[in-house]
Amino acid sequence: MDNDTIDQIIDRHEGRAGSLIHVLMEIQSKNHWIPREALAKVSQKLGVPFTRVMQIATFYKTFSLTPQGHHEVHVCTGTSCHIRGSQRVLDKIQSLLGIRAGETDSNSKFSLAKGNCLGCCTLGPEIVVDGRHYARMTPEKAEEVLKKYN
Amino acid sequence: MSEILLQIDGKAVKAKQGMTVLDAARSADIAIPTLCHHEQLEPYGGCRLCTVEIETRGRKRLVAGCLYPVEPDLIVRTRTEKIDSIRKMILELLLAHAPDSPQLQDLAREYRADRDRFEKEASFCVLCGLCIRYCAEIKKKYAVGFINNGARREINFIPEIAAGECWNCKECFPLCPTSYLQAAYHLTEALAFPSLSSRSASKRLVTTTTL
Ligand code: SF4
Ligand code: FES
Ligand code: FES
Repeated sequence: MDNDTIDQIIDRHEGRAGSLIHVLMEIQSKNHWIPREALAKVSQKLGVPFTRVMQIATFYKTFSLTPQGHHEVHVCTGTSCHIRGSQRVLDKIQSLLGIRAGETDSNSKFSLAKGNCLGCCTLGPEIVVDGRHYARMTPEKAEEVLKKYN
Repeated sequence: MSEILLQIDGKAVKAKQGMTVLDAARSADIAIPTLCHHEQLEPYGGCRLCTVEIETRGRKRLVAGCLYPVEPDLIVRTRTEKIDSIRKMILELLLAHAPDSPQLQDLAREYRADRDRFEKEASFCVLCGLCIRYCAEIKKKYAVGFINNGARREINFIPEIAAGECWNCKECFPLCPTSYLQAAYHLTEALAFPSLSSRSASKRLVTTTTL
């Protein structure tokens, strides 16, 4: 994403300190990560001290301050999904993508993260790719899902 | 302003509306230990060392003295067996992080806290937020802030701001109950503006040679 898009997001909330989290979430979802320069601009335009922006941006796991892959894969490792075998799903995905949870592959295609309960325990084990939920995962099914994003 | 009458450790104390239990106790020369409290700063309630017992209409509970506003007929106890054991525990936990803090050691002596009760996890900073709040509320410079959350929380100097502001201020240094703040600043300084830190190094050199 180009800087213009980030600028537009920030400009729309100019002077509104209360929109801080909102702006950060918008940048995160459009750009997949938030560069430091963008944080500085957010601070300046919204009138929120930079330390405060940093505090919020580093507090929530939602925000990434390092570049992320084009597709974000989350594997639920919450209690319900764990009991239903999410570890095997995670192992499979890690070996398919060649990265561990918390990492991004070298051509910035996939980022992998773990989550503790992604919200649909009854459908576990689940994985979420770019916000789309996939239920009742097995290592084989997870492989099929990832193929769609290749 | 209406006057409020309350009782602290059996003593009748007059206070004004809007005062905290801590304010009222101090005005009557009753000591309540504090760590994260600072006269000039907004109440924070981070350390819980100021925990006291209050009683209203026959019900007792524990509150943070530095936050709790006075109310008529409130009964406050600042030292009971229970309070002492809570303070002892808090101190022991804090000492696992900052074993060499003189302020904590003094309190540990008073409350018989064992410095070695918990395994050391020397992060040095006890996250009292004094430095951060002072920089923000009094100096309005926002040069230092918290980052991350939970067990990974730490203070962080913003090099771009620190480079311009901290060198001539450093008023937060003496506020820190541990030695961590100074260390964190010198680290930022050394990494972010080597020219400045060589200046401070040469200054240190000068002071040592003149001694
Ligand atoms: S560096 Fe010192 S003053 Fe700042 S939060 Fe940590 S313990 Fe408190
Ligand atoms: S544990 Fe996986 S969705 Fe709740
Ligand atoms: S002094 Fe009251 S909580 Fe720290």
